Amino acid sequence: MATVIVVTSGKGGVGKTTTSASFATGLAQRGHRTVVIDFDVGLRNLDLIMGCERRVVYDFVNVINNEANLNQALIRDKRVENLCILPASQTRDKEALTKDGVERILGELRQNVEDIVCDSPAGIERGALMALYFADEALVVTNPEVSSVRDSDRILGILASRSRRAEQGDEPVKEHLVLARYAPERAHSGEMLSVDDVLEILGIPLLGVIPESPTVLQSSNAGVPVVLEEDSDAGAAYSDLVDRFLGKNLPHRFTTIQKKGLLKRLFGGG
Amino acid sequence: MGLFDYFRAPPSKSAAVAKERLQIIVAHERGGRRSSPDYLPTLKKELLDVVRKYVPIDQSQVKVHLDREGGYEILELNITLPDEEQRQGPR
Repeated sequence: MATVIVVTSGKGGVGKTTTSASFATGLAQRGHRTVVIDFDVGLRNLDLIMGCERRVVYDFVNVINNEANLNQALIRDKRVENLCILPASQTRDKEALTKDGVERILGELRQNVEDIVCDSPAGIERGALMALYFADEALVVTNPEVSSVRDSDRILGILASRSRRAEQGDEPVKEHLVLARYAPERAHSGEMLSVDDVLEILGIPLLGVIPESPTVLQSSNAGVPVVLEEDSDAGAAYSDLVDRFLGKNLPHRFTTIQKKGLLKRLFGGG
Repeated sequence: MGLFDYFRAPPSKSAAVAKERLQIIVAHERGGRRSSPDYLPTLKKELLDVVRKYVPIDQSQVKVHLDREGGYEILELNITLPDEEQRQGPR
């Protein structure tokens, strides 16, 4: 039976799509047959982050409306085996996502893959609710900043009350915290909420800390999931995150200040 | 940090303020979310009817409170019985 994992946050711009792309790519690299679905109908971007925007022919809504079948809409990733992308429609609105339609497509995918990653839109409207409704597990992406933490808490409330698992009284959706755009030196100097502060407020297990890194922008410019930039700190952090999700017990990196050389300390940078 | 940063005033510890504000607002919003189940008013009324068979009490003397602690829910019931004199009425 496949696992459905929603990547959600409430707030926009915190790194949901970046996380979805790298998480799904990481799962596929480790041999899991994986599909990543963009639920942001009308504002799709997963295709750009994954670098397959010019290969989109049919989309999620076409499949829901039986205008295309799943195989026509799925885009096979060219870099990593076992990975497919299901893009969102750019021309419809989010009302096109019906509960029955989404359920039918997830049901079809469950027959053929092991992991289904649902990239949620921001907000708590239909698109976001549909992305989380069928989830077995949730990656809650949070930035160490007040509005993001508050919105994450709100999303945790919705996962606990409005998911299918909640409605049917099944075991609750398993929650994981992904703390993104973290700057250890700023947290250390008391300018930024620390990992422990956020954990204390949200009270869910930490899956990974992604450091603020210029590589994230560079890789989105290039359309390459940052997890494939193995030498970068953000790439390594996502790689660890995937391993932890699959049960490896790895210590958290990038949560403390990196030692800098004398030149860097004097002249800044890095 | 560059050379010139050493001459700047140290940054304020605003993270502590952020944490405190978040703890308050999040606790407040969770409170509203975890509202009591809808059977509570009926439960309260039926309990009142049962107790009334034996002791004359009114609505305000029954307090029903639902608490959540970890994985448990605690239903707290508090009935204030009237004084002995009141119960027996004037002689």
